[in-house]
Formats: sequence, C-alpha cells, structure tokens
Amino acid sequence: MKVIKIDKKDWAGGIDKIQDAYRLSGPVREEKSHNFKVLGKGELPDLNFLNTRLSPKSIVYPQSEIMFEYSLDEKDPDHHIMKDAAKDYSPKAVLGIRPCDASAFLLVKRNFDTPDYKDPYWVRAYESTTFIGAACNNPCSTCFCTTAGSGPFNEDGLDILLADAGECYYAKAITEKGDNLLNTAGWKTIADGGALKKIESLKKEAEAKISSLVSTDQLNNKKTTELYEAPFWEDVSFSCINCGTCTYLCPTCWCFDIQDENSGCSGVRMKNWDSCMFPLFTIHGTGHNPRGTKLHRVRQRFMHKLKYYVDKYESGIQCVGCGRCIRSCPVNIDIRRVCDMMNSYDPKACACAVK
Amino acid sequence: MLGYIDKIREISKRLLDEGRVEMVIGFRKGTMPMMNEPTFVKNSGEVSKLVWDSNCGINLANYLTDRKEKIGVIAKGCDSRNIVTHILENKIKRDKLVIIGVPCKGMIDRRRITAVFDAEVREVSEEGDTVTVKGAGFEKKLKKSDILQDNCSACIHRNPVLYDELAVPLVEEQKDIERYADIRRIEAMSPQEKWQYFEDLIAPCIRCYACRNACPLCYCPTCFVDESRPQWVGKSQDETDIRTFHFLRAYHCAGRCTDCGACERACPVGIKVRQFTSKLNKDCLDMFGWEAGVLPDQRPPLDTFKPGDPGDFIK
Repeated sequence: MKVIKIDKKDWAGGIDKIQDAYRLSGPVREEKSHNFKVLGKGELPDLNFLNTRLSPKSIVYPQSEIMFEYSLDEKDPDHHIMKDAAKDYSPKAVLGIRPCDASAFLLVKRNFDTPDYKDPYWVRAYESTTFIGAACNNPCSTCFCTTAGSGPFNEDGLDILLADAGECYYAKAITEKGDNLLNTAGWKTIADGGALKKIESLKKEAEAKISSLVSTDQLNNKKTTELYEAPFWEDVSFSCINCGTCTYLCPTCWCFDIQDENSGCSGVRMKNWDSCMFPLFTIHGTGHNPRGTKLHRVRQRFMHKLKYYVDKYESGIQCVGCGRCIRSCPVNIDIRRVCDMMNSYDPKACACAVK
Repeated sequence: MLGYIDKIREISKRLLDEGRVEMVIGFRKGTMPMMNEPTFVKNSGEVSKLVWDSNCGINLANYLTDRKEKIGVIAKGCDSRNIVTHILENKIKRDKLVIIGVPCKGMIDRRRITAVFDAEVREVSEEGDTVTVKGAGFEKKLKKSDILQDNCSACIHRNPVLYDELAVPLVEEQKDIERYADIRRIEAMSPQEKWQYFEDLIAPCIRCYACRNACPLCYCPTCFVDESRPQWVGKSQDETDIRTFHFLRAYHCAGRCTDCGACERACPVGIKVRQFTSKLNKDCLDMFGWEAGVLPDQRPPLDTFKPGDPGDFIK
C-alpha cells in the first residue's frame, strides 16, 4: 500500500490542481459550525473541525433531486412524456470526509445498489465521487464509531485516508481512484517506512479517546416480535417531538418520497428526503395510518437501524456511530441508550427493563 | 436553581402517593452537557430521576396536548403561560392538571456556549450565577446572565402565572429591559433589506420541522405543510416553499406565542426562528396590550372583536 507524504506547503497547490479535474467539496466553517460545500477556486477545506453538523450524504444523495422533466403543453409534440433531467456525473471529490461518514455510504449502498435493483441517481453519483477521508485525531464524546462497525481511522468506503501528522499529511492510497487523485494533485513523495507506523500510532491514540461504546452482539439473537413489544418504547418515545432532525442529519438514513411539481405548462418529477418520524410518511390513501402514534414511529427508526437491518444484511447495525442524532436531537433521545436497552432486553425480566 | 429539585421531587411524590395525579411530567438528566430530556414518572418510587437546572428549556406544555390522564406538570413561567393557552383553546382541561410551578431564572443557551470554544464542551455545571464549562484542556467560568437563551434574557414572566403547588418562593421579575431590540432593528430596514435578512436567516433550513414540533401551539391534527389532499406546499428545498412554511408557522402563532424559545432551542441548524414570532408578539402588545397566556379568563385578541381595536390598516 502506497503512503504519500504531503508537505503542508504543497497543500494549497495540490488542491488547486484537484479542482482542475474534479468538482471538489470540503468542510468549511459557516457561522457556528462546519458543513460540506463545493469549494471555489482558491478556497481550502478547513480540516480543523470535529465533524460537520449535517452529514455529507447530500453530496451523493441531495435532499431534493429532479429525476424527470415534462411538458403539459398539448401543443408540444412530447407533452406528458417524462424526460431524463440533465445530470452532471463528471468526477467529484470530497476532501475531509470523516471515516464514519464514508463507511455510511457502504451501508446505504446495500439498499440502493443491489443485484436486482439499482437506483441510477445514487449509484452514478456515488461512483463518480472520490472520497478523501480526514482521519479523526480527536473524536467527540458522542462518537461511538469503534463499536458501530467503523472507527476514527477506518478505511472502509474511502479512496484515500489522510492523517494529520503535524508538520505534514500522510495520504494512504486505498483504491485506484485514490491513486489517480493523488497523481492529479501532484502529491508524489513516497513516505518513508516510518509513515505507516506513525499512522498506526495516531490511530491507536484516537481509538483510545473514544469514550462511548454500544453493545450490539445480541441484537441478531433477539426475537423481532419481542423487541417490538418491549415495554421500554413508551419511555423511549415520550420526549420525541417527531421532527426529522435525527433522520435528516443521519448519514445512513436513506428514505425518500417522490413528488411531481408543476409550474405553468411544465413540471418535474423529483425525489425528496423523507423521514419515518413524520406521520405523513406512512399515511394511507384511506386516511388510516399504520404508524399513527409517535411510539410507532420512534420504534420504527430504532428497529430499522438496530434490528431489521441487522437481520436482513447480517453485517451489523445501520449506524456508524457518528453521534449526530445524539448531539442534535432537540430533546436528547440517545441511540446509545436505546441500543443497549434493545441489546440487553430480556422479556422474562421485562418489569425491570425500563430504566 | 439547583436547590429546587428536592422540593419538586417531594411534591411529585406526594401527588402520586395521594393519587391526585397518574403521572408527573418533568425532566430527567440528559446524556449530554446542557441537555435534559422530558420524561414522565408514574410511580412515586421513581421521582428521584427528576432533575431541575438551567437546562430545562423545552416547553413541557407540549407534552400535555390531548392527554387523558390526570397529570402533574412542572411549569416554569413560559410553560405555565402555554398551559393557560392550552386551557383557553380547549386542548386540556384545567381539572386534569396539577401544576407544579417553578419560578425560573432563565435557561442556558447551549449553542452560545459551544460557539465560544473550538474544542468540544464536555461538562457544564452551575452554582448560583456561575456556570463552569469544561472540555479537553480548558475550563472557564461564565456568568449565567451572559449565556441565557435570548428569550430568557428578555423574559418578564419568570414566575408561573397559574399553579397549584409552588416549588420555591416567587422570584423578582426583570424590569426595564429592552425586549424587542432585534425587532426594532429589522423594522427599520428597507423592504429589500428585510427580504435579504429573512432569506439569509432561513437559508440553512432543512425542513425537519423541529421548530414547529417543539412548539406547544402547533397541535393541528394535520399541519398545512403536511396536508396532502390537496397539497398546499411543495416538499422540496424550493425557497418559496421554505419561506411559506416559516411565514405561516409564525402567523399561526400570532397572539398565542409566549416566547418560550422552544422553537429556537430545537432548531438543529441554529436558525433564530423567534425573529418571526417576536415581531408578532410585539405587534400584539403594541396594538392590543396583549401578552399570550397571562390571563386565564380572557380570549386572545385575534378571536375577539372590540370596537376600540386598531383599524388603521383598513383604507
């Protein structure tokens, strides 16, 4: 595996070259927090951040995306015919994505890119993107990535792992895509043998700083119906206000809604993020809502992430431990607490299950 | 405010033991600094999980809507005003409630604190008027009055307006404070400046509706933005739709908003959504001498007519 040493004085020049070949996004400081945005020429990503407030999922999967356009003008020979909307799948790169967020794309991929069905918008956007991860030297107190299948130096889903070693960056090329980007940037100095050791020690240091852990080992063994009927859901869901914060900020939540919007004689068919927290998500044409209470909806979110997904794909939970839903929930519903309640749930002792 | 909790627990335990309420709604300690979680207690043996400090900014009146039990509810000034509004609007019956009044000295604005430090805030504790903030490699003492939520700094109803039990003696209300400085600044802008100001204000909105859902006033069975037959508002990130949501949400609160700040506190992207409702509150005060939720026996100005109502807008 190739490790490149990037002198910090060569940083801006390399980024400039990347921008000639890729549409580059990176974290920038907005008023009070960091968020990903497309960087203008001369604009540098700000890697001095804990994590961004919103996840970078919108780079591949925008909150609103037009799929088709159509005309309603009957004088138009093509009226009422759906036509593909213009798309730009030229190469994109994300510089500074955290390893947890990059691995989240792999969890989402299981849904959008299957042997039988492929979401063409998600798949093409994902495939056209190169992910340059900023390894996390200082995880937050709400990060539980190491027990959620990821980690501060996790390489899954990344094309390059960038480790900040003080005076320089070490860039570990993980895929061919990553190799190509490093070449484009002109970062070519092969690091000496100490680099891998340095990365390994930074990794150990960062992992030791993770103070939040979840237990997920029993989720697969639990009976779905027993978890579904567990008495703790009333306690867990009480404070929920059923806003969409947790799902919209989550890097692994993928649900969307399809809408047609007309304006005058033309219209578009678009997909918009949706949220299982909203009553409208499940309401039927009859007016009946199978998830009519917030208890139903809160339970659905946790059961999907921590039970249904676990059972269906048999490769862990649908969560990478980024902690955004914990940090941003207006009422402090904490997935770590719920995960542990589910993992340790014993229906025979259910009288004691509510903490 | 730390000393309040013993008395709150004592009252809650008594109400539950005597069977006067089936549940007490209050706060339990959060898992993050500066966060407590709304919760309920049904068994008097569990009252020890209740907490009270300067991180109880969520409005508990929001948890009363349409409940059928007999409820004991912990209410600071603004919660009590929303309870009054709920009673006026027939969302809950007075005789279903035992209100445990808690005079309030303001809630901490956690965004203001996290914005001060580059590193993560790991621990926040308070003693009297001093708040100590700790993180990796730093510790700083702040004056509580400097880090209050904006609505708390401008609050003149710290004491509950309606209560059955009082946890601690009433506190002195703030006097001679400038409550609408922000609004006067916006009022002085030209229409173009105002437009731009509000565009910038709501630009980060992700339409999660946390502001609406944290608000006790927003109890419509189907909100206008969720109406699908017919659909009134688009679902995308279209700026007209986002504007429509924010403007209409604010107007639905006209004459009803108690400025509890729950909307602003809940917003995950830090939009100062009170800038909309505060203007309407100011207008209600200027035009009708009205503050929502203060008088339990008077109808709000927008659902009554009085011959003296201002009518200058009719040309």
